[in-house]
Amino acid sequence: MASITEFNPSTPKRDAMIMTIFAVAVLTAPIWLTPIGANYPDLLQRFAIFGIFAIGFNILFGLTGYLSFGHAAFLGIGSYAAVWMFKLLTMNVLVALSFGILVTAVFALVIGFVCLRRSGIYFSILTLAFAQMSYNMAYSVLTPITNGETALILETADPRIIDRAILGDAKEALPSPSLFGLELTGYPAFYFCAVMLILAFWVSLKIFRSPFGLKLLAMKSNQNRMLYTGYNTKPYLLVAFVISGMYAGLAGSLMAVTDPLAGAERMQWTASGEVVLMTILGGAGTLIGPLLGAGIIKYFENIFSAVNRTQLGEVFGFLPEPVADALVSISSLFVGEGWHLTLGILFMLVVIFLPGGLMEGFSRLAQWWRRRRETSATVGDGAVQPSE
Amino acid sequence: MSSFNRSTTRRRVLKGGAVLAGGAVLAPTVFTRGAWAEAFRNNPGDAGSVTLGFNVPQTGPYADEGADELRAYQLAVKHINGEGDGGMLNTMQPLALKGNGILGKKVEYVTGDTQTKSDAARASAKRMIERDGVVMVTGGSSSGVAVAVQSLCQDMGVIFMAGLTHANDTTGKDRRRYGFRHFFNAHMSAAALGPVLEAQMGKERRSYMLTADYNWGWSVEGSMTQVTENMGWETVSQVRTPLGAGDFSQYITPVLDSGADVLVLIHYGKDMVDSLTQAVQFGLRDKQVNGRNFEVVVPLYSRLMAQGAGKNVAGIYGSTNWHWSLQDAGTQAFVKSFGQEYGFPPSQAAHTCYVQALLYANAVESVGTFYPVEVIKFLEGFEFDGMGNGPTLYRAEDHQCFKPVLVVKGNENPSSQFDLLEVVQEVPTEQITYPHDLYAGDLGPYDV
Repeated sequence: MASITEFNPSTPKRDAMIMTIFAVAVLTAPIWLTPIGANYPDLLQRFAIFGIFAIGFNILFGLTGYLSFGHAAFLGIGSYAAVWMFKLLTMNVLVALSFGILVTAVFALVIGFVCLRRSGIYFSILTLAFAQMSYNMAYSVLTPITNGETALILETADPRIIDRAILGDAKEALPSPSLFGLELTGYPAFYFCAVMLILAFWVSLKIFRSPFGLKLLAMKSNQNRMLYTGYNTKPYLLVAFVISGMYAGLAGSLMAVTDPLAGAERMQWTASGEVVLMTILGGAGTLIGPLLGAGIIKYFENIFSAVNRTQLGEVFGFLPEPVADALVSISSLFVGEGWHLTLGILFMLVVIFLPGGLMEGFSRLAQWWRRRRETSATVGDGAVQPSE
Repeated sequence: MSSFNRSTTRRRVLKGGAVLAGGAVLAPTVFTRGAWAEAFRNNPGDAGSVTLGFNVPQTGPYADEGADELRAYQLAVKHINGEGDGGMLNTMQPLALKGNGILGKKVEYVTGDTQTKSDAARASAKRMIERDGVVMVTGGSSSGVAVAVQSLCQDMGVIFMAGLTHANDTTGKDRRRYGFRHFFNAHMSAAALGPVLEAQMGKERRSYMLTADYNWGWSVEGSMTQVTENMGWETVSQVRTPLGAGDFSQYITPVLDSGADVLVLIHYGKDMVDSLTQAVQFGLRDKQVNGRNFEVVVPLYSRLMAQGAGKNVAGIYGSTNWHWSLQDAGTQAFVKSFGQEYGFPPSQAAHTCYVQALLYANAVESVGTFYPVEVIKFLEGFEFDGMGNGPTLYRAEDHQCFKPVLVVKGNENPSSQFDLLEVVQEVPTEQITYPHDLYAGDLGPYDV
């Protein structure tokens, strides 16, 4: 047991505190995100949902080192399953979420069983192939199920068997997804996603601290050695893959809850790449890192892409005109349609200078701070504490 | 180890405390937000300005169209606010706008990137509605995006003025009470092209269709097949190609041996540029099949695409919603002010977006309120003129505009880099009108 405590310097008390701080931070997000213009329900929901997605991805990539390039397929499958539940049975989100997670788990089991026969780059390519296959099928062949490019949307004429049996024929307007009568739109929807995020984080924390998590980490460091000690690694990998897929399914279902629509582009390879970027940007293998990465990427996508020249002009308005004009011209390259450029530069800087992601930056800062305070004392071996 | 733990803990406590303190300072602003409860979403109330949301593709395959749409919107805002030369405000009939904004409020705008993806487009539209408080969302260059944003706007109770969207679904199967489309559609393209193709190419043709494999492509394919088969053509084959294929040679080679003598290219944007260029390079246009010249037809044409395909468009037929070379007063006024502003003529995407922005502003000015239900009722059945397409009707039953459609041909001897299409015929409205229940759909309620 010594090895566990050494690698994982955590106590139940400390974990409880992490959870408390995390929960408070998530639930008060509408307040502390106001100064940076990110305080509106849709973006907050997105932060929470992609946070869940990235946390789940991290369970696979961060712990086992298996880089799945097809995780977006599970996101899409979860969405389609959830929307179909809304259409066929009821607008109650719990039904949609459970079905979404269940269907995703089945797909993850099948895809994982095939893909995990290989490791390294071959595994990545296989997952990518499956995701691209799902995307193309959703886009064209499976149109009766997925409604193709137009995306699966709710109609007033949908059966909604359970709802109709209980409430009778609904009113003319489209119903919203609800939690036993509480309509989940706007802030209620965000708080629902936030609670899901906290639960997801808690499960992920438990996995990181568990012997199972440690076995996954051991496979990441040296799978052969694991095999020699007599462990059959395949089932563990498959379980990690399925759990990770179920997280993506949950995220996908939540996307359908906050916005009852399921489109094929959710499964495109760029979406799979996005979650890889999120995880690496924040710090693969850390608890909070992927969440941070998800937040940053979604912030760039939604806020930076919406800044236009007029707004920049207002920002630099206090400067003399030629200077302001020059600044506007230069900075407009990086906002609006240039948001990809800014994100790319940030990603490059992080990968070059902080290979462990932003979390490495934070722990370096913390170390520097500690060293400054305790100049005489030596602090451990200076190793990065990834589980923080 | 214990010292490590303690210091980390303290840091975390401090961090958490800072968050809470910041929260306490900012909390009041959260609770006062939205304090002026309103009868409808994003009521500008007594504010001195009103915000419109321009949601266009700034990245992705239709970014060129998106950029032109944004230019048109910026021009429309200028004209509505009474800046510049007024553009179509000088020609639009009937007109309520006074050149002092909308109902005396200065028009401001926010922009967003749809990325030509339903998800991104809806996220962007939601941001505009929830954060920026827009009274109307407009834009887009794809039917998938238009349908997705339109249904969102219906749920949110905010009017959506569709930009470039050509599939029948937008005002057919997926029509919505809060969504309006000025652009023409696949059905109209086919109805307009049919007689011209018959006159130019005869009744005994064998056609081969390459279709972009998604809803818009199928929509056009269905309409084109129906029209051409009704006039006696035979459809040899319909092949679906993936979106953004880049290399179409594997799809074009079989055309040569299929015995077909007309190739119908149902592609848009960069796909059309690629497939048309390759078809011409493969020598299809110089071939003789069944004793007739091989012809290529592009049902949905645009000048931006013609610019991309260059000389290859010469002599190729297609249809457009509008073209800058039209000679009516509305078109000339618009082309003049667009040209003065940006130095080149507007595309049809720019035109439809400009007109949509003006139509919305004019409707609000006419009914004297931003209340969407009144604005919708005004636009339903609204007849107007002087906007570049001749007399136009916004049909109440499906929110589709009915106006003449242009059949165009790639110019054999272009006089400038913009003079790429020549208008063959302005097909009158009667010929392209169809019953509103041909594509069954449900607009939904006024009150949401």
